[in-house]
Amino acid sequence: MLTRSLKDRLASRLMFLVTFSSSLIVFLIALALYARARPILTAKPLGELIFSSSWHPLKGEFGFYPFILGTLWVTALAMIISIPLSLLTAIYLAEYASARVRGVVKPLIDLLAGIPSVVYGLWGVLAVVPLIRDYVAPLMGRSLGFIPLFSAENLTGYSVLAGSIVLALMVFPIIISVAEEVFRSVPDGLREASLALGATRWQMVKHVVIRKALPGVVAAIVLGFSRAFGETMAVLMVVGNVAMIPSSIFDPAYPLTALIANNYGEMMSIPLYDSALLGAGLFLLLMVLCFNIMARIILRRVLREEW
Amino acid sequence: MANPHISVHNLNVFYRDHHALKDLTVELPERQITAIIGPSGCGKTTFLKSLNRLVELVEGTKISGKVLVRGLDIYHSDVDVTEIRKRIGLLSQRPHPLPMSIYDNVAFGPRLHGLKGRQELDRTVEDHLRAAGLWDEVKDRLHAPASRLSAGQQQRLCLARGLAVEPEVLLGDEPTSALDPMSAQHIERRLLDLKENYTIVIVTHILRQARRLADYVIFLYLGELVEHGPAADFFNHPQEARTRAYIRGEF
Amino acid sequence: MDKRKEELIFQGLMIASALIVIGSLVFVLAVVVLKGLPALNLAMLTQTPKGGYYLGGEGGILNAITGSLCLAGGATVLALLLSLPIALFLQVYSGKSRFSEFARLSLDVLWGVPSIVYGAFGFTIMVFLRVRASLLGGVMALTLLELPIMSRALEEVISMVPLELKESAYALGATRLETAMRVVVRQCLPGILTAILLAFGRGIGDAASVLFTAGYTDSLPSSLFRPVASLPLAVFFQLATPFPEVQQRAYASALVLTIIVLLISLGCRLIGGRFTAHVIR
Repeated sequence: MLTRSLKDRLASRLMFLVTFSSSLIVFLIALALYARARPILTAKPLGELIFSSSWHPLKGEFGFYPFILGTLWVTALAMIISIPLSLLTAIYLAEYASARVRGVVKPLIDLLAGIPSVVYGLWGVLAVVPLIRDYVAPLMGRSLGFIPLFSAENLTGYSVLAGSIVLALMVFPIIISVAEEVFRSVPDGLREASLALGATRWQMVKHVVIRKALPGVVAAIVLGFSRAFGETMAVLMVVGNVAMIPSSIFDPAYPLTALIANNYGEMMSIPLYDSALLGAGLFLLLMVLCFNIMARIILRRVLREEW
Repeated sequence: MANPHISVHNLNVFYRDHHALKDLTVELPERQITAIIGPSGCGKTTFLKSLNRLVELVEGTKISGKVLVRGLDIYHSDVDVTEIRKRIGLLSQRPHPLPMSIYDNVAFGPRLHGLKGRQELDRTVEDHLRAAGLWDEVKDRLHAPASRLSAGQQQRLCLARGLAVEPEVLLGDEPTSALDPMSAQHIERRLLDLKENYTIVIVTHILRQARRLADYVIFLYLGELVEHGPAADFFNHPQEARTRAYIRGEF
Repeated sequence: MDKRKEELIFQGLMIASALIVIGSLVFVLAVVVLKGLPALNLAMLTQTPKGGYYLGGEGGILNAITGSLCLAGGATVLALLLSLPIALFLQVYSGKSRFSEFARLSLDVLWGVPSIVYGAFGFTIMVFLRVRASLLGGVMALTLLELPIMSRALEEVISMVPLELKESAYALGATRLETAMRVVVRQCLPGILTAILLAFGRGIGDAASVLFTAGYTDSLPSSLFRPVASLPLAVFFQLATPFPEVQQRAYASALVLTIIVLLISLGCRLIGGRFTAHVIR
């Protein structure tokens, strides 16, 4: 019988090792990227890398500013589109929808989460870009063009707006499912107490559910944000990829992820180029890690407290 | 006591800050049915599960004291816990058949402990299903999923499964509480038959069941051992005021 | 504002939002189907690219279909081999220790890592090991992508196993390993299958992580050490050509990929109700 307990102990060790090493993968990735990014980080001051707009790898100039801004523009606009729609949908599903509606809508949203990013990208190319090129940009340009944010000088349709719309769709399922879970974790007692005082349903939601669920909602948004931040293919396909600093939502942009995807693995002969791209990867990773750790810790606290 | 099968010395169990069992010392007689009674939350189940070290599974449990099974301290660090659990079977509150066929449920234990031959397994399965009084009902569908049996049948299957590892002691944690009266009676009758060969310890909150089955009674209250003794003495001449109150149904 | 008016306004907004979300899903699917279906034919599915394919010549995307199945299949097997021990360890062995909290957080965080970073990391490692873009490289990058998805899903499934069921096995003298492998895994079989499909679906759809690691080729996958094609990249590359015929094929490829993913997610739902003969409720 010793062999059985020995097997058990061996298995325990082995499983521990697998778990332990898997939980180190994140650090390993960060470390590897850092090791490869070091040449550029030692060769150039960080300030120059981040704030210089001159991107001429052949001349040894690596200013990430346009790309960082490209990422921020696309992500921020995607969140502006996505947050209100997702949160309202999540509230609807958690507080208003009947079990039957929820039973239909939730699987559909899960489906949305499963669609590959190239398919979203293709949709963007086929539907969103022409729509912006033919209708939205000319119309907005004519009516609101005096505001720089809406001036439509780029006539291709491949733009910040196109990238944001595609990203917004990809972020919907994340925010909706996390936020819905958070809303539903608010104890019924609180709801009833508030309804019993004569509140309408929306007042109850506004004053009780949202307030109680706020940290979780923030976490849901942060998770969605970090997903949008790191998304590559879909954005790459519709955003235009011109290394400029966008000033209008109809301008093209060139996010960091697209920069890596388009150039990495090629032109390895240019000194520091590969290091610079991995530096961009490291930057992406660190940003996303910060967001994720924050969101997960909040979520853990929120969901555990209520369950 | 002439022949204690299990003797418990100064047993203390803590769940984190909660002192669940307070310094219990008691002996359980061989080949008799011992009933552990007391109001809910008094530590009955904890006591039962400390006899086969299942309490350890609960996170943050601390145990001190000794539990001797035929003189062997089951909490000693040299002891193989699986060996202890093989010697001491458990029938839980609700039937929990394993996610496999009826046959495999009964064969599960013997297989773990090294029984391999097809014929021997067949025989073991049949013998123990008979002992649990289930054979006639399932002999034609031994390979059907255990989940298809009724609750009463499942509990008898669990009994057969427990017997199949050939334990010396059988623990029952309110083994009839989730069953209909007929099935409950069935199980009770089995237990009375089985005490010929096994030492049986059951937890029950039904006083009448304790009267029907028990040869020996242990009364726990808030983690303390209040009174214990042969069933006749216990029920007819309780010594403690709290016991008298409990027997009269005042808790 | 009148509270009843406010209620109505917000209810309207919510329903409108839900409709927009659902509508956009339908829109995406409709565009892919409407554009992809006319371009789809048998040759697409059964042939590899012939000479001049990317100029509009004969051939199909069998290389990408088989390549994707190999990539996602391999990664799913590896991810399962890693995640099952992780999930069992966290649920059966270690419980609520500080270590398991750390491991969970770290895997959750891994979930959020952008797939382009997996790709870049994978490529870095491959350069280090002097392996060129290959099936092996792609499988490894996708394994990283699938690992957190699968281990989380498995852990969730395993945590649903009733404690009493585990106790029953322990009470028969089973060790933790025996309980885990013979009882817990069996009880969780439907959930494990769902987790496998979920991870497979995510793996097959990801482009950025295989971009540098798996490469692309016109031939069928033949060796772990040769490059393989994949459907997402087939969509991407064909769309990037200037020829309408080839772009059409990108639409068809996207449709094929979407159908595979939809079938998988349908499979997940169906499994919920099947393979449960032995499962104890």
